[in-house]
Amino acid sequence: MIAIIDYGVGNLFSLKSSFAAIGADAFVSRNLAEIAAADKIVLPGVGAFGDAAAKLRDCGMAQVVTAEAGRGKPLLGICLGMQLLFEKSYEYGEHEGLGLIPGEICPIRSQIPAGLKIPHIGWNALQFTKKPSRLFRYIKDGDFVYFVHSFSGMHCDESVIATAEYGAPLVAAVESKNVFGCQFHPEKSGEVGLSILKAFCDAEVEKC
Amino acid sequence: MITKRIIPCLDVRDGRVVKGVNFEGLADVSSPVELGQYYSRCGADELVFYDITASAEGRALFTDILCEVARTIFIPLTVGGGINTVEDFDRVLKCGADKVSVNSGAIRNPDLIYEAAKKYGDQCVVLSADIKRVDGVFRVFAKGGRENTGMEAIEWIKKCVSMGAGEVVVNSIDTDGVKNGFDLEMLAAVCDAVQVPVIASGGAGCMEDFTTLFKTLPKVDAGLAASIFHFGEVAIPDLKKKLAGENIPVRL
Repeated sequence: MIAIIDYGVGNLFSLKSSFAAIGADAFVSRNLAEIAAADKIVLPGVGAFGDAAAKLRDCGMAQVVTAEAGRGKPLLGICLGMQLLFEKSYEYGEHEGLGLIPGEICPIRSQIPAGLKIPHIGWNALQFTKKPSRLFRYIKDGDFVYFVHSFSGMHCDESVIATAEYGAPLVAAVESKNVFGCQFHPEKSGEVGLSILKAFCDAEVEKC
Repeated sequence: MITKRIIPCLDVRDGRVVKGVNFEGLADVSSPVELGQYYSRCGADELVFYDITASAEGRALFTDILCEVARTIFIPLTVGGGINTVEDFDRVLKCGADKVSVNSGAIRNPDLIYEAAKKYGDQCVVLSADIKRVDGVFRVFAKGGRENTGMEAIEWIKKCVSMGAGEVVVNSIDTDGVKNGFDLEMLAAVCDAVQVPVIASGGAGCMEDFTTLFKTLPKVDAGLAASIFHFGEVAIPDLKKKLAGENIPVRL
């Protein structure tokens, strides 16, 4: 069973539907015990980092996610959910994340040449890094996925499994042991996105 | 690099797609679900569903259909038509829409853009503007292009973007239905004025119109069309191959 965490940030209809489309047993929940009991956890999210991080902490969800990830349970953060896995974000101030992926979230504006539009929105190609990932076992280098974001990961070289070229290589996906993150939206990335979710469903629990 | 998007637009009335379509292998050509899946398989980068229903019953039907579409199609969905309040945003976003397009609703109440952007983020709010030249000036038209608002179009678009519209659909009434190419002059003026994605609409008649669009105006992000896709005059896979052949970045 895959738990999709509902902490009042964004709409989970498409995400739930995409797991259903690949035959995975996924449920949306805000119940801490239910989420702790699931085999795998998905942390979604849209909106502002500070707000979302506070909501996660206030409902006790941050502690559950950190504890379960520490036990080796596969965890997937999507979009803002991926950013929340990092140590820190500089979106409107300075906010602490879950610290499961070493690195920081910084404005794209500071990483790319002037003149390019922000947010980075639309379909862009994944460029795999040297680090091979279980998340990409069913797709290939250069496959397209759908992005919408104005901030992105930095100083996380150890964990980066794919980038997307937008004036500079932006961090597109990360992996550290059993913790995965996609900056793009797999649930909006057609067949490629569904294949990534399938690979996450097939990920085994890490022995810690 | 971000690819140029090709977007088919489907008009829906009382839960059915308006304008006959004749595709091989498609049992129900006016089913939004079947047609949406067809376009998704063909490589459409995004779908726009435009609700042209007038009645409340029809509106409820549209919402049901939208849920059904979002259950089976995993590419970005934009919804427009009858969006007048933040509650309308909520209604379609809950059904799986990713972006909501506002037109007459924003003309009646420009604060709608600000309020929706604050609640759902700029990326969620699409301004759709119907524009026509009147005595050499670009004017914004309301009510499906029937009523001249008297507002100058570029100023209107700048205002909406400053209030939070994250994307602009420029629909030229002058070129719409003529099938003689997009309105490059109007689009250039919009691209010069704003820094958000611009989607060209109105006038596409053949594949060359898309290559001309993206080559002449590299700042345009997407091309939207309805009838040429629905009637099979332009097949999306062929169009994308042609664009790729001309070194225009597309998702294949």
